Amino acid sequence: MKLQTNTLLALYSVLEFAANPGRHLSAAEVAQKYRVSPHHLAKVLRTLGRAGLVGAVRGVGGGYRFAGNAKRLTLMDVIELFEDISAPRRAIAKGARRRSATDGIAAPQEVEDALGVVLKEIDEIAKATFRSITLDTMLKLIERRRGARG
Amino acid sequence: MIYRKKSSIAAPGEARQARVRGVLAGDLEQVIEIDTVVTGLRKAAYWAEILRRYGGGRRQRYFLVAEADGRIEGYVIGEVRDWEFGSAPCGWVFAISVRPDARLGGTGTRLLGAISDNFRRAGVSKLRTMLARDNQLILSFFRSQGMMAAPFISLEKDL
Repeated sequence: MKLQTNTLLALYSVLEFAANPGRHLSAAEVAQKYRVSPHHLAKVLRTLGRAGLVGAVRGVGGGYRFAGNAKRLTLMDVIELFEDISAPRRAIAKGARRRSATDGIAAPQEVEDALGVVLKEIDEIAKATFRSITLDTMLKLIERRRGARG
Repeated sequence: MIYRKKSSIAAPGEARQARVRGVLAGDLEQVIEIDTVVTGLRKAAYWAEILRRYGGGRRQRYFLVAEADGRIEGYVIGEVRDWEFGSAPCGWVFAISVRPDARLGGTGTRLLGAISDNFRRAGVSKLRTMLARDNQLILSFFRSQGMMAAPFISLEKDL
């Protein structure tokens, strides 16, 4: 499982804001911490803002703050804003060898169908995992990892 | 069976704190009522059998209830399982439920904490459970308690 850069950046950002719920953090602060371009981060924050997960405050002392419910918001809620993690579905023309819409490979339908069953199983497990972990649970997990690292 | 008299895992700000204790025969009707409300299916005979097998302080089997103001708010059931599929003895939780109107008050946390204490006293150091992957509510609850995916995969087939 590999998430796209924007998705990872969104997860890092939203966890950063959720860990400091009362504090306004500037995009520059977050960008510096994660060593990404402020311009790139700003695009991610706009998406998070449109979804109501972060709120922006303008002016001196302004920045972004967490606007969601950390006990309810799951990793999947954030991921879905940026990408569809389902395995690519092929353009299926029944009973014929087809060229995949995504990778250009022609495969017999039964082979494609069987592989699709396996990929769907993996998708469902991955989605269930992301749906079951709230930001609050992630923050606890991060805290435990921090404790374990001493 | 050893029961926790008072939990140290209380949720902040809750109005009343349920007490966790071993199930009594007189609790069963309320346990059935909670299960019926949550699952939509009344299973009186099943619960009578569960009480017979897990109630009454049986060795390595635990059926605990959370009681507040004389009302049963929730229950948890589990047992120590030895060497199944190569697994060292572990504590299995196979049922946990809290009345919908009593949720978000720390009752589930206290129930799981109490049965975990019993498992520890029975000498096991691993807690396991299994549930449907679309059961987001209970999955999230177990995740919030620090549970992670186990190194086992459950499989099935139509017969």
